[in-house]
Amino acid sequence: MARELTFKILRYDPSQPEIQAQFQEYKLTEKPGMTLFIALNQIREELDPTLAFDFVCRAGICGSCGMVVNGKPQLACKALTKNFNADFPITLAPMPGFELIKDLSVDTGVWMEAMTKRVESWVHTESETDISKQERPVDPDLANEIFELDRCIECGLCVSSCMTKLMRPDFVGAVGLNRVARFYMDPHDDRDASDFYELVGDDNGVFGCMSLMGCEDHCPKEIPLQSKIAYVRRELVKVGLKR
Amino acid sequence: MNIIYSDALIIGGGLAGLRSAVTCADKGLDTIVLSLVPVKRSHSAAAQGGMQASLGNTKMSEGDNEDQHFKDTVKGSDWGCDQEVARMFVTTAPKAIRELAAWGVPWTRIKAGPRTVVMNAKQVKIEEKQEAHGMINSRDFGGTSKWRTCYSADATGHSMLYGIANEAMKRDITIHDRKEAIALIHKDDRCYGAIVRDLKDGSLTAYVSKATMIATGGFGRIYRVTTNAVINEGIAQAMALETGKVALGNMEAIQFHPTPIMPSGILLTEGCRGDGGVLRDKDGHRFMPDYEPEKKELASRDVVSRRMMEHIRNGKGVDSPNGQHLWLDISILGRKHIEEHLRDVQDISKTFNGIDPADEGEKGWMPVLPAQHYSMGGIRTDKTGHSHLKGLFAAGEAACWDVHGFNRLGGNSVSEAVVSGMIIGNYFADYALDASITISTAEIQQALNKQDAYLDALINTDGGEDITKIKIRMQEIMNEKVGVFRNGGDLQSAYDELKELLVRSRNLTLKNKSRANNPELSNAYKTQKMLKLAVCVAKGALLRTESRGAHYREDYLKRDDKNWLKRTLAWWRAEDDIEPDLTYEPIDIMKMEMPPAYRGYGHKDMTVEHKDTAKRLTEIDKIKAENQTVDRYVLQDRIMPFELPMNYKNKNERLGDK
Ligand SMILES: Cc1cc2nc3c(=O)[nH]c(=O)nc-3n(C[C@H](O)[C@H](O)[C@H](O)COP(=O)(O)OP(=O)(O)OC[C@H]3O[C@@H](n4cnc5c(N)ncnc54)[C@H](O)[C@@H]3O)c2cc1C
Ligand code: SF4
Ligand code: FES
Repeated sequence: MARELTFKILRYDPSQPEIQAQFQEYKLTEKPGMTLFIALNQIREELDPTLAFDFVCRAGICGSCGMVVNGKPQLACKALTKNFNADFPITLAPMPGFELIKDLSVDTGVWMEAMTKRVESWVHTESETDISKQERPVDPDLANEIFELDRCIECGLCVSSCMTKLMRPDFVGAVGLNRVARFYMDPHDDRDASDFYELVGDDNGVFGCMSLMGCEDHCPKEIPLQSKIAYVRRELVKVGLKR
Repeated sequence: MNIIYSDALIIGGGLAGLRSAVTCADKGLDTIVLSLVPVKRSHSAAAQGGMQASLGNTKMSEGDNEDQHFKDTVKGSDWGCDQEVARMFVTTAPKAIRELAAWGVPWTRIKAGPRTVVMNAKQVKIEEKQEAHGMINSRDFGGTSKWRTCYSADATGHSMLYGIANEAMKRDITIHDRKEAIALIHKDDRCYGAIVRDLKDGSLTAYVSKATMIATGGFGRIYRVTTNAVINEGIAQAMALETGKVALGNMEAIQFHPTPIMPSGILLTEGCRGDGGVLRDKDGHRFMPDYEPEKKELASRDVVSRRMMEHIRNGKGVDSPNGQHLWLDISILGRKHIEEHLRDVQDISKTFNGIDPADEGEKGWMPVLPAQHYSMGGIRTDKTGHSHLKGLFAAGEAACWDVHGFNRLGGNSVSEAVVSGMIIGNYFADYALDASITISTAEIQQALNKQDAYLDALINTDGGEDITKIKIRMQEIMNEKVGVFRNGGDLQSAYDELKELLVRSRNLTLKNKSRANNPELSNAYKTQKMLKLAVCVAKGALLRTESRGAHYREDYLKRDDKNWLKRTLAWWRAEDDIEPDLTYEPIDIMKMEMPPAYRGYGHKDMTVEHKDTAKRLTEIDKIKAENQTVDRYVLQDRIMPFELPMNYKNKNERLGDK
């Protein structure tokens, strides 16, 4: 027998502040292989064309669909309904820590662009590359290590599950510190620890992290965020001590 | 009135759009990039497998160069591509990848010494040279003579897109996301930007520019099952078509990828087969060698997809509640390889199907079935990326610049996206530098009002039709009748019904009447546009009475060079038309570097020859005989000269040179 699922979804439209935020319930019959991507689209197609949410790749690759599912921030497109207990409603709320657009849709893009510019998330170098010449060799293990950190999809789950971010709204987040680690390791990037100290050597940066691990527990790409934050902290402490 | 001015307006923030934007910024242009979503979420991020560039670093790619890449690309296209453009592309691809490496893209690198690879389902040891240590690695892909597909594990597109997006942000290029271009502003055969809808509040803005580029990716969502992201709807191609001044080229050339996982249609990369994975049927039999003894699972995509469907028709498909499928087996590569190089594949399969592909034997096999994957067709441009409408350029998957003809090779698309961003981006920027805006505010206002009135009319019409149903029906028709195997009867009925749907889509009743935050309204205008594209695809396919590349007619099995060596151009002459006018652009054999021949895979002796083929072959032989002492670059130039901007024509250095 197909199960009857109840979805309890937090509705709010900041452009209509006179209408209070409230949970709204929808019922659907479960289908085999149903994900929250399929369920939410079905709700929008059949029950409520005004419901707002974001999906792009629907395959856990693009990082668009973070939301809080039964209290836990996760990628909705990868959440299979068969893993939920149908005796209780499935509660969906937008990710905290980002500007709310409407209902389940939040503006991670603006936040991530600001983070990118804050940690200057690009290669800094004085050397010119002649692109018709052979590329510069990179140790294959190091290339893999950088790739591991480069896998971040800017979904924002680490930010929305971070206690420090709750207390310090300007905290750069695990995503930002991971990016620092990534470029610090990259041999193409000439920046040294003191350059990064200028960017994140304060309490809104690497020294703000309270090591509560919320980020690493929720990262869908299983990036070793704690050890990378610790690594950045160690490197920047050395700079701090010298100053 | 909302007007935003810029020198260069780039619609689309995927690989092609962002790379073009970087060039524009470097040339000092005031540049704006528009995107439906934050740019790093563009569908380029979903490319897993890799990027073709003939670096020739690994043992298995020794001897590779532009000539090899060119030949593979032309064969892959089934001689439908523009060979000069293909030359421009293959010459720039190695530069593109080296530029990306310098921008920090973590390409997987070669380790010197022995390594084990899987070839033809057997483990084979190869030895990587010392001097290749640390250089960019490459893997095998379908339809290539060398291992040419460079990769960063299985998140290649992601790493590339982040690399380029970071460069765009470094240059502080203005990016406006959650914006949708819905119409072009044009006057006297010249484009001046676009009318853009804000996806948060529904407001309309005129983005007025000296030059406009469309780099909006593919339109897979006109099909029910597709590997494409939900945002790949082709709205921008349709808005270009709607000007009546822009032709869409080869819309019937649609690629079906052999291995999306069923039933979700999420792609499992070609890297699975490139790295040695095999296809199996209901008896667990590896069937591809029976059909394609030489290239086996690694024939070009059109051929593999057809062979799979053929095998299912022969009664060898696996039954499931969602219909029949076949198996993809990568367990033979070993857990270590999968967890290092095909991790996203494993993640997708585990998450959506509960199958760990690293599990040995049957347990690890993944259910796959060919599905829509790539649009070779798109906005027809010249070699500089300029469309028929002056001031409007197109690049990336949205364009028909025509590297791919009737079938694109795996790994050639992210490569084209970046390379076209470099080449076309450059011509585009130069155009913008010289151009000025000669349209009045009143005319801009008019263009804006027109869209405003259009949206109001959509909301206020009360014709009784339901847009969701129309859209789903369109997608079903495309899936069922304009798929891997095509025939006159099905195509005719698809064509007729699509036209009918287009008429019905003009008589809607929307339940939700709001202009903002109204997914039903966006669905309405989008579906009208998507239907136009669908009709172009169906009509093009119906009239093309031959089989070429991915376009396969069961009632016309031969590639007919005599009558069909030409590109289809679709024009929408008047707004309330319900079908395009098709014209054809000949492809001149006498200018080809590589006249039509057998591809080396697929059925043999299945061409109707063109009289020029033999003539051109003799001519080329003569040029070769007269130029026996020159190097391969000079010889190439004597056979088919081509131009490139910047220093992109410089010789690409390779390990083997020394
Ligand atoms: C699952 C999958 C895997 C793939 N793997 C590979 C691979 O391994 N190798 C390979 O070579 N190719 C691969 N491809 C193909 C390749 O990824 C794409 O062809 C290529 O990335 C397209 O890049 P693009 O820049 O043209 O467009 P996209 O990356 O699709 O970007 C389009 C941009 O346009 C914007 N946009 C669209 N419409 C509008 C509008 N109306 N208004 C404003 N903005 C708009 C979008 O927001 C987006 O920013 C794959 C494709 C898929 C679907
Ligand atoms: S670090 Fe992990 S959780 Fe944070 S944004 Fe990146 S992928 Fe998401
Ligand atoms: S939609 Fe792309 S990660 Fe969920």
